[in-house]
Amino acid sequence: MSAAEPLLRVEDLRVEFPSEDGIVHAVDGITYQVQKGRTLGIVGESGSGKTVSSLTTLGLTRREGARISGRILFEGQDLVTLPEEQLRAIRGNDIAMIFQDPLSSLHPLYRVGAQLVEAVRAHREVSKAQARARAIELLGLVGIPDPARRVDEYPHEFSGGMRQRAMIAMALMNDPKLLIADEPTTALDVTVQAQILALMERLQRELGMAIVIITHDLGVVAEVADDIAVMYAGRIVETSSTGQLFAAPEHPYTWGLLKSIPRLDGPREEELVPIPGTPPSLINRPSGCHFHPRCPYAQPDHARIDPLLAPVPGAPNHHVACLLEAEVRERLWAELAAGATPEQALAEVGVPGAPA
Amino acid sequence: MIRYIIRRLLWGVLLLIIVAGLVFVLFRVLPTTNPAVLRAGRDPQPKLIKEIEVVLGLNKSLPTQFWDYLKEVFLHFNLGYSYYSQESVRSLIVERLPATLSLTLGAAVLWVLGGLSVGIISALRRHSLLDRGAMGSALVLISVPEFWLGLVLLFLFASDIGKFKIFPGAGSYVPLTTDPWKWFTSLIMPWFVLAAGSAAIFARLMRSSLSEAMKEDYIRTARAKGLPEKAVVRQGVRAAINPIVTLFGLEVGVLLGGAILVETVFNIPGVGRLAYQSIQSSDFPVVQGTVLLASMFIILANIVVDVAYAYLDPRVRYS
Repeated sequence: MSAAEPLLRVEDLRVEFPSEDGIVHAVDGITYQVQKGRTLGIVGESGSGKTVSSLTTLGLTRREGARISGRILFEGQDLVTLPEEQLRAIRGNDIAMIFQDPLSSLHPLYRVGAQLVEAVRAHREVSKAQARARAIELLGLVGIPDPARRVDEYPHEFSGGMRQRAMIAMALMNDPKLLIADEPTTALDVTVQAQILALMERLQRELGMAIVIITHDLGVVAEVADDIAVMYAGRIVETSSTGQLFAAPEHPYTWGLLKSIPRLDGPREEELVPIPGTPPSLINRPSGCHFHPRCPYAQPDHARIDPLLAPVPGAPNHHVACLLEAEVRERLWAELAAGATPEQALAEVGVPGAPA
Repeated sequence: MIRYIIRRLLWGVLLLIIVAGLVFVLFRVLPTTNPAVLRAGRDPQPKLIKEIEVVLGLNKSLPTQFWDYLKEVFLHFNLGYSYYSQESVRSLIVERLPATLSLTLGAAVLWVLGGLSVGIISALRRHSLLDRGAMGSALVLISVPEFWLGLVLLFLFASDIGKFKIFPGAGSYVPLTTDPWKWFTSLIMPWFVLAAGSAAIFARLMRSSLSEAMKEDYIRTARAKGLPEKAVVRQGVRAAINPIVTLFGLEVGVLLGGAILVETVFNIPGVGRLAYQSIQSSDFPVVQGTVLLASMFIILANIVVDVAYAYLDPRVRYS
């Protein structure tokens, strides 16, 4: 494996679920990669396919009758075609995952320690005592006080933040090379969220693993991610480094996400602008650009033409799937960044607005 | 925990007294023949009846009779004497208890093991032919009464009157101590009949309970950890078992009720048949004794279930 080969490379991944109402196109041809020791943030609304894509990485959508195509290359091995038994050897071992709700993700009837111990013993021939020592070590590492005592407690005796710490400890039991964190802070109090994010950053520095963090919260990825992929309706609509994305976002959906979160450094009178409408159905998706029904800047032909993810001129690592001219996008964002509403920006830039 | 158990046992005793009272009232209110007349023989003199009434204590007021009865039962474990045979009810029951225990314990094992394994297989192979077949038969077994199922089996498989002479028929019961093999073969059909309904309910409940559990987030976590599927299922079963345990306490009562019918159909000399016979002949002390015994088993089973709960679910704690 060459030095440039990423740890995880997902190529044109598609995941479809046949349902009674039709085929659910949960993930529709996404491509991304994660380098060793780096953090990728996948951002999107619920139903954008971000969770399904990561569950598929671990082979956890297979038994739900998903139709999967494309490639998921982990250290050169294609996880899409890997036999279940070999994939199981990777799950929780080289690739570990933590989930949104730590209370429901821990088994209520087993001691926390036992749940950590079985994570090791599923992959390694170690004695119970060794595994238990490892569990206590990791509970301590993730900041649980008095781990030698708490290892024998049940999940309901832990606070929300401690449960997520325990989940992280469980994920780290086998020194994974990649940690997938699906909305790891969503179910937690704001103060605890910050602690968990800080913990993940510290652990990444100390252990050198790569992280894929899935969230709907741009604030979370701004804090921890090196690169960001924005997903909409099963596709990646924009991807770049974190700094670039926040400095010069290109996709109207990303603008919408940015304008719908409050900023401390913006003018006080600046109003929050929510993205109109609701996420589309993944069975009957909008024609053309899937975002066009909710896009304030959509042109009539955007309902016909399907945009491709293409590099932004002058920024080779920044990709966007948008039909607007690059120069128009630049001027629109300049107006929006200065505090204009989408309508004002449209008038200022002089492109005709979306048909009402 | 000890205090909880003691408290539950004391409540259980109170419950038994209430049950005794209910049965007592029921049999005095219902129009049955005067027990004294039953024992007096053909064309009795009124004087003789009066004498017998005095011997049986029937001349006293009802509350006094009840009080005397309770004192005997709870202080001396004396359940009274049969109106017919004069035998002590306690020894009548003790004599027949081994047969009933053989029947009910064997049926309980079959019920729990059969019900759970069918339910687990059905939950893991949902909508398969196996699942549909098992759930369809379960519905049939829940619906048919024991006496009907028992008679059908006898007509089909009994070695005397059956179409296919496979199992020993009615009246073939032998105590375990006499001949273990004959004991076993004679009980195969009764066990099946008695266990069928409860096992079917267990199978259906286990199926839905496990299906739900397998959708839980912690099962996804278990898979994400890379546990073998067997271990994943074990965690699902562990979570699914709790509602089943509750049902066990309730179904013990159904099982004991069923024992009356099954013992009668298969002519097994147990407490159930004793109850059936004494109901037919208005032998009140014997009925009272069997009802109290059954109530005691049901109350104990439910205490055991509640205590087991504390061990099965760490979130449940009694004080």
